[in-house]
Amino acid sequence: MNTGRRKVLKGSGGLAVMGLAMSAGLFKPGSAWAQAGWNKAAFETKSVADTVKALGGATPATESKDIVITSPDIAENGAVVPFTITSKIPKTESIALLVEKNPNTLAATFNIPEGTEAGIQTRVKMGQTSNVIALVKADGKFYFTGKEVKVTLGGCGG
Amino acid sequence: MADPMKIRATMSGDKVEVKVLMSHEMETGQRKDAKGATIPAWFIQNVTATCNGKTVLSAEWGPAVAKNPYMSFKFAGGKPGDKVAVTWVDNKGDKRTDEATIS
Repeated sequence: MNTGRRKVLKGSGGLAVMGLAMSAGLFKPGSAWAQAGWNKAAFETKSVADTVKALGGATPATESKDIVITSPDIAENGAVVPFTITSKIPKTESIALLVEKNPNTLAATFNIPEGTEAGIQTRVKMGQTSNVIALVKADGKFYFTGKEVKVTLGGCGG
Repeated sequence: MADPMKIRATMSGDKVEVKVLMSHEMETGQRKDAKGATIPAWFIQNVTATCNGKTVLSAEWGPAVAKNPYMSFKFAGGKPGDKVAVTWVDNKGDKRTDEATIS
């Protein structure tokens, strides 16, 4: 059996799936997140820069003071860390919450249709003390703001 | 079958404030059981909230969202008596829809 050939096949198959997922996102830039699908590629990224790319951001995101993250500075229990993210940027289309040091960076994305306030509140798990980044897509551009949250007891693994 | 969600929709000024508490394990796929075997990931992937047939919020979640997820948001265009419906779908294809009346 030619094992080398097997490996090549397996590798390229995985790449093709990634490519498909990404091109599907690229074809419908405005509504990509609004679909019922789940952006597998984005949820498997391991760094902030990769996440922005997987969500369809061509240029690096710009830092913005119009996004506010409200959360405890020190979370005693990493299994439940409450976050409130509000964006004052006009035409906010979506808000994503990223935890830099979690096994996978992206925690959640929220699509904000017209008429809905660009502010959401949710609770996420954090494995360890990390920077938390709110990524906002507004009018096709990406903006972010970050904040460090200290965790005394991790919420991933055990 | 998953337990029902707790949904509260109240008027807050001219906007409707929606608070949702779902009942879900949200297993990350990172933890191991007593024998050292990885517990497979099991989490909500998609959440959609609608009011009068119009989507007011949709979300995609990863396993990092906390167990028994909570979210809240505000939208315009609802009035008391209207119904807000929230649906989630998890990575096993299980789904649940619950609704609440705006008060």
